[in-house]
Amino acid sequence: MSKHHVTTTINGDPAEFLCSTEQTLLDVLRDVLYLTGSKEGCASGDCGACSVMLDGRLVCACLVLGVEAQGKRIETIEGMAHGDKLHPLQQKFLEHAALQCGVCTPGFLIAAKALLERNPDPSETEVRYWLAGNLCRCTGYDKIVRAVIDAAKEMRAA
Amino acid sequence: MNDITNQSVLERHLKIVGTRPLRPDGVDKVTGRAQFGADIHLPNMLVGKVLRSPHAHARIKSIDISKAQALPGVKAIVTAADFSDLPSEFIPAGEMMVNFRDMTRNIMAREKALYEGHAVAAVAAINEAVANQALNLIEVDYEVLPHVMDVDEAMAPDAPLLHDNMFTIGVEPKPAKPSNIAKRVEFALGDLAAGFAKADVVIEREFLTRPVHQGYIEPHACVARVSEDGQAELWCTTQGQFIVRGFCAKLLGMEVSKLKVTPSEIGGGFGGKTVVYLEPLALALSRKACQPVKMVMSRTEVFRATGPTSGARMWVKIGATKDGRITAADAVLKYQAGAFQGSPVQPGCMCAFAPYDLENVRVVGYDVVVNRPKVAAYRAPGGPIAEYAVESVIDELALRLKLDPIEFRLKNAAKEGTKAAYGPKFGPIGLVETLKAAREHPHYATPLKKNQGRGVASGFWFNIGGDTCATLNLGEDGTVSLVAGTPDIGGSRASLAMMAAEELGVPLDKIRPSIGDTSSLGYNFLTGGSRVTFSSGMAVVEAARDMVRQLRERAARMWEVPVDSVIWEDGCARIAEAGVAEFKSMSLAEIAKTAGKTGGPIVANAAINATGAGPSLATHVVDVEVDPETGKVTVLRYTAIQDAGKAVHPSYVEGQMQGGAVQGIGWALNEEYIYDAKGRLENPGFLDYRIPVCSDVPMIDTVIVEVPNPRHPYGVRGVGETPIVPPMGAIANAVAHATGVRFTELPMSPPRVLAAIDTAAATR
Repeated sequence: MSKHHVTTTINGDPAEFLCSTEQTLLDVLRDVLYLTGSKEGCASGDCGACSVMLDGRLVCACLVLGVEAQGKRIETIEGMAHGDKLHPLQQKFLEHAALQCGVCTPGFLIAAKALLERNPDPSETEVRYWLAGNLCRCTGYDKIVRAVIDAAKEMRAA
Repeated sequence: MNDITNQSVLERHLKIVGTRPLRPDGVDKVTGRAQFGADIHLPNMLVGKVLRSPHAHARIKSIDISKAQALPGVKAIVTAADFSDLPSEFIPAGEMMVNFRDMTRNIMAREKALYEGHAVAAVAAINEAVANQALNLIEVDYEVLPHVMDVDEAMAPDAPLLHDNMFTIGVEPKPAKPSNIAKRVEFALGDLAAGFAKADVVIEREFLTRPVHQGYIEPHACVARVSEDGQAELWCTTQGQFIVRGFCAKLLGMEVSKLKVTPSEIGGGFGGKTVVYLEPLALALSRKACQPVKMVMSRTEVFRATGPTSGARMWVKIGATKDGRITAADAVLKYQAGAFQGSPVQPGCMCAFAPYDLENVRVVGYDVVVNRPKVAAYRAPGGPIAEYAVESVIDELALRLKLDPIEFRLKNAAKEGTKAAYGPKFGPIGLVETLKAAREHPHYATPLKKNQGRGVASGFWFNIGGDTCATLNLGEDGTVSLVAGTPDIGGSRASLAMMAAEELGVPLDKIRPSIGDTSSLGYNFLTGGSRVTFSSGMAVVEAARDMVRQLRERAARMWEVPVDSVIWEDGCARIAEAGVAEFKSMSLAEIAKTAGKTGGPIVANAAINATGAGPSLATHVVDVEVDPETGKVTVLRYTAIQDAGKAVHPSYVEGQMQGGAVQGIGWALNEEYIYDAKGRLENPGFLDYRIPVCSDVPMIDTVIVEVPNPRHPYGVRGVGETPIVPPMGAIANAVAHATGVRFTELPMSPPRVLAAIDTAAATR
C-alpha cells in the first residue's frame, strides 16, 4: 500500500511527509518527523498530552489523521518558545513549579495558550474547565492553574 | 555507615536549602525537549508487541508461532520457552524481596495465564502493522479455568486455585492443602481483651476498597539493543535503572555488567515503575533479532496488565474511654495481591494504627492471590487502604464520644518515644504539630452549609533509605557535575543540586545535576519509599563534604600551610587564623583551574547505605458537598498538612502534598476497575477509569510542618508518599458528616452514595 504525500506547515516552517492512511498526526509528528514533544498518554483523546493546534484549533493529535494535515498549519510545543525566549506560559510553569514529571506539560502549555488566545482574562473556573481535557497525575492541578492565571496577567500587562 | 548528621547544620543559616529556585531540568520539560521512554529512536529499530491472554484464568496447552514466524517482516518471537524457569525463593533487590519464579511468570505466562492481559508471547517486526498482524497469527490453545476475583471468594475452601504449590506462610502447623492465601502476618502489643474491657465505647466496622491504578500519564516504554556478543543496552522509563538491570539480567541469564540501563525522563511512576514488564521481552527479542527493539504499552495494556494497588476487605474494632483515650484496637486486613503473592498487606498492617499511641493493639493481615494483574507499589503501598478504615472508625468514635476529631486524635497521638505496634520506638515525629496546625488553620473554622460536611484524617508512612551513590565531578572552570542514581520524578535534581550548592558554598547554577546510567555509578536502590531527597541527598552531602576536604587540601598545598589551618567558607578556601594578611582566599574556580598541578582532577564520591529515615505524618482537612439528588460528592475545600522534616525546595514539597491529595480524591470518589463476569476489564481507559481532572478539584492548600529528622544532615524526612494516606479517610468522614450516613466502601461514586442516602432515608 503506497503512502500519502502530505504538505503542511509546522511551527511556521513548510514541512512534508509520507504517511500511511491509518497513521495519526501524532504518529507522524513523533515517529516520522521526530517531534517527540507531543506525548502519547492514551491514543484515545482522553489525556490531552498530545495537544497541538491545527489551523488555530486545539486538537488531540492522536484523533487527527496524518493526511488531514494537508495544507493546514500545525503548531506544537517545539514552536512555543521564540529563539531563546520562553513563552510567558512556559516561564510561569517553571516559576510556579507547575510540573513534576513533566510528561503532561507540553499538552497543558498548548491547551493553556489556546485558552489565553480566546480569553486573555480567564477566571479560575474557566481555566479549570478549559484544561479539563488534560490529565496530570502529579500536581493536583493547583500550581498549573496558578501558573496559567499568572501568565494571563503578565500577558495582559505586556 | 553514614552518620554524617550534625545538629549544628540544622541550626546554621541556610542560603539555598529552603528556597524556591527554578528547577535545573525545567526548560527541557516546558519545550518538549525532555526525552521520555517512548521518545527514543534508534536506527534499524524494530517494533515489539505483546500478545495477551483474553482469559482471566486458563491453562496454556500449546502455542503455535509457526504462521507468525513465516510472515515477512517478522524478526523475532518469544514465549515463556525463551526464558529459563527460576526457583521460588525470595532474593533481596535493594529494599525489596523478589521472587523470580513469580517474576518470570508475570512477564510471560508459563503454565497458565492468570489474568486477562497476561503476556503470552511477544513479537518484533519491521513496523507496527506487521507486528500486529503477527500477533493475530499466533495460535494459543487455552483451557479456560474458573477464575476468582475477590479476597473472600479466593479464601473460601473450595475456591479455584491459582497456584497448586502455594501453602500459606505464617500459620502453624503448615497447611496440608494449598490455597490462595500466600501469607498471614500479625503484629500485636499488650492485652486486647483487657483493653476492650476498659473501653466505654467500642465501634467495629467492615470496609471494602477496590484496586486503583497509579495512573501515570506516560505508559511503560523501552528500547533494547543487544549485540551479537551479548552486550546489551536498555533505555527505559523506570523508577530504578539498577533494579531493572538486576531483574532483566536474572530473567535473561546475563551478567549485570553486560547490561547498561539508561533511565529516560519518567512520566510519573508512583510505585508502578518499580517492576519490569516490557524490558525483559524487548531484550529477549533484540537478542534474537540482533536489532534494536522498541516496545511501548497502549493505555489499555497499562490498565489490563500493570500493577494497580490492592483492593481489600477489612475489619476494624477500636475501643475508647469516655474521656477519649483509646484502650484497644484490633484489625484484620485481607489484601488482593493480584495473580502472584506480594500485596502490600504487611506495610498496611504496620501503618494501620501507627499514628496512635496504643497499649493494646493487634493487626492481622492476609496476602491473597486473585485473577487480576499482580499489584505493584502505589505511593505508601498498603498504608492508605488500612488507614482509611482506621481513620473512619476513629472519626465515628470521636462523634460518639462528642469529641472534636482533632482533639480526639491529639489525646491519642503517637509522639517521640511512642512504641509502635510493629516494633520500633519513634524518634521525633510531627503528628501533634500537624494536628495543631489543622486546628488553627482558618479552614477548620469556615462555616458549612446544608449538605456539606468536614472530614479530618491523619496518616503515617515510614520512609526508607537504602543503597545510594552520588558523584561530584569538579570541572576545570569550577562548575560541578552532580551525578545521582535515582531517577528524578518530581524535581529531585533541584533538591540534590541545592544541597550540593549549600555545602560547597557556591551559587546553585554552578551545579549541573543529572541522573546516571548503570555504568556511571555504583548500585542505587530505586526512586521510591520517599527516599530520594533523603538518601541521595545524604550521599550528595557526603560527597560534597569530601570535595570540600579535598579543596582545602589543595589550597593548603598551594599555600604551603597545614590543612587544618584552611577553612571552607562561601565557596572559598580561607586561612583560619585571623590577621594573616598575605594569604588571600582562593575560590572553588581558582582551585579547579590548577587542579592538574596540585594532584589531578577533583572528584568526590559517596557510596552509602542511608539509614535513619524518619517517618512523615500528615493531617488532612476536607470539606465536601453531597448532592442529594444525584449522590455526587464535590470537594469544596482541602488543606493538607504534613511534617517534611525539612523542605529543601518547598514548592516541590507542596506539589507532592497537592498531587497525593488529588490522587486520594480520585481513589475516594471515582476510581475503580469494572470487570465482567468472565474477569475481563471493562474500563481500561481514561474515559471510563476516570482520574480527577482539573475541574473536579479545588485549590489544595498546604501547610508544611518541619520537625527535623535528626538522622539527616538537613533534617529531611521524605514527603512523597504520606500525602496519599489521609485523603480517603478524610473524605469518607466528610461525606458521613454531610449525609449522616457512614460509608465503608470505596469509591464513593454517585450511584453508591445515592443508594446509601436513599436506603438511609427509607429506614429512618
